Amino acid sequence: MTAVVTAPAPRRAWVEQVMGMPWSIHVRGAGAHDDVTARLVAAAFDEVRRLDALLSPFRSRSELSRLRCHEITLETCGRELRDVERLCRTALVRTQGWFDAWRWRDGFDPTGLVKGWAVARAARVLEPLACDVAVDAGGDLAARCVDADATWLVGIEDPADPSRLLATVPVGTGAVATSGTAARGSHIVDPRTGAPATGVRQATVVGPSILWADVFATAAVARGTSAVEWVHGLHGTSGVLVLDDGTTHTWSNPV
Amino acid sequence: MRRLLALAVGTVAGLVALFAYPTSRNATVEPSGSAVEAAPATQGDGSASSSADGSSDGSTDAAGGPDSTSGAASDGASGTTAADGTYTGAAVDTRWGPVQVQIVVQGGRITSADAVVYPDENGHDRQINAYAIPLLDESAVSAQSAQIDLVSGATVTSQGYVQSLQDAIDQAFS
Repeated sequence: MTAVVTAPAPRRAWVEQVMGMPWSIHVRGAGAHDDVTARLVAAAFDEVRRLDALLSPFRSRSELSRLRCHEITLETCGRELRDVERLCRTALVRTQGWFDAWRWRDGFDPTGLVKGWAVARAARVLEPLACDVAVDAGGDLAARCVDADATWLVGIEDPADPSRLLATVPVGTGAVATSGTAARGSHIVDPRTGAPATGVRQATVVGPSILWADVFATAAVARGTSAVEWVHGLHGTSGVLVLDDGTTHTWSNPV
Repeated sequence: MRRLLALAVGTVAGLVALFAYPTSRNATVEPSGSAVEAAPATQGDGSASSSADGSSDGSTDAAGGPDSTSGAASDGASGTTAADGTYTGAAVDTRWGPVQVQIVVQGGRITSADAVVYPDENGHDRQINAYAIPLLDESAVSAQSAQIDLVSGATVTSQGYVQSLQDAIDQAFS
């Protein structure tokens, strides 16, 4: 194939506020500006809004809120909430209790898992697009590329200064999730004590699943300094931890 | 490559793909010993969770090589369950070299599944790192001068978003 100087691929971005945070959807490729692309992106945002209505603990009439106040039981809940509850139980086991949807607010609150799960569902709506696609919800993202060599270059925020980058990582098809204690409104606690987690200021996990990258990043922050060793058991992931003292620890584990 | 490996592992019970992982950074085979019943010949902490257990799992050397069988008695004499032992799938060519998936069956259950990477012609083991290691930016470069596509950070609230890096990138493409 002859080398040809080509213009950068067409690209378009959409942003909407859902779940109290900005959701960005980026499409890169020949179809980026097509109407069908815009319609699928709109459908993806619609799905996220639907899930927010079901699962938001801040909406008093959401199914989750009614479950939390014992107006309904889990068995009578819809498929989404039952799936999320089951995933939270799996997450509890896979993180040895450090991700605990039952022990950070009174009662069951799956919010820490719902975001990654919702990103995956939004990405699924966009699967028919024959383009490179990325869904970024408040700093947790799922991306895919059509070509094996294509990537999205992801910048990881410096927790000490969000206008600067700590690191960059190229992702072809995969997910990047970052959790931390520095962000305003961060609620990550040590499940054993209920006190705010210390030791790890920020954790970024890169892996095949946004749901599990999100869970593992949250668990790493909850764990504190024991996360430095723990992340080496997260096969098929890479990432970076920023400790409270400012030191950084990167990893890339084989499959 | 990830798809090929996923296919290879996918031939094994889906449950194993969830709960049993290669245990170590090196390329030797180590059954991860996640059986709930009697422990296999090698170490096992008996935990039902994934490889994200404490680090001590990863450092124990395997007692058995690729062809060892770990159990004599088989519950599956009738053929409806697999006999205890270690099974190795066909090698699948990937651009990192041939990869095989090896499973250990005990008591009719798959207790571990490991992806084994064989050394290339130079005799150097190759690891499959599915995701790049983040490249630390020592000069803490401002996002404007880096050609990044997306930003990952601790949850950005809608209020803080306006000043955020991601906002700047989104606007460039809206």
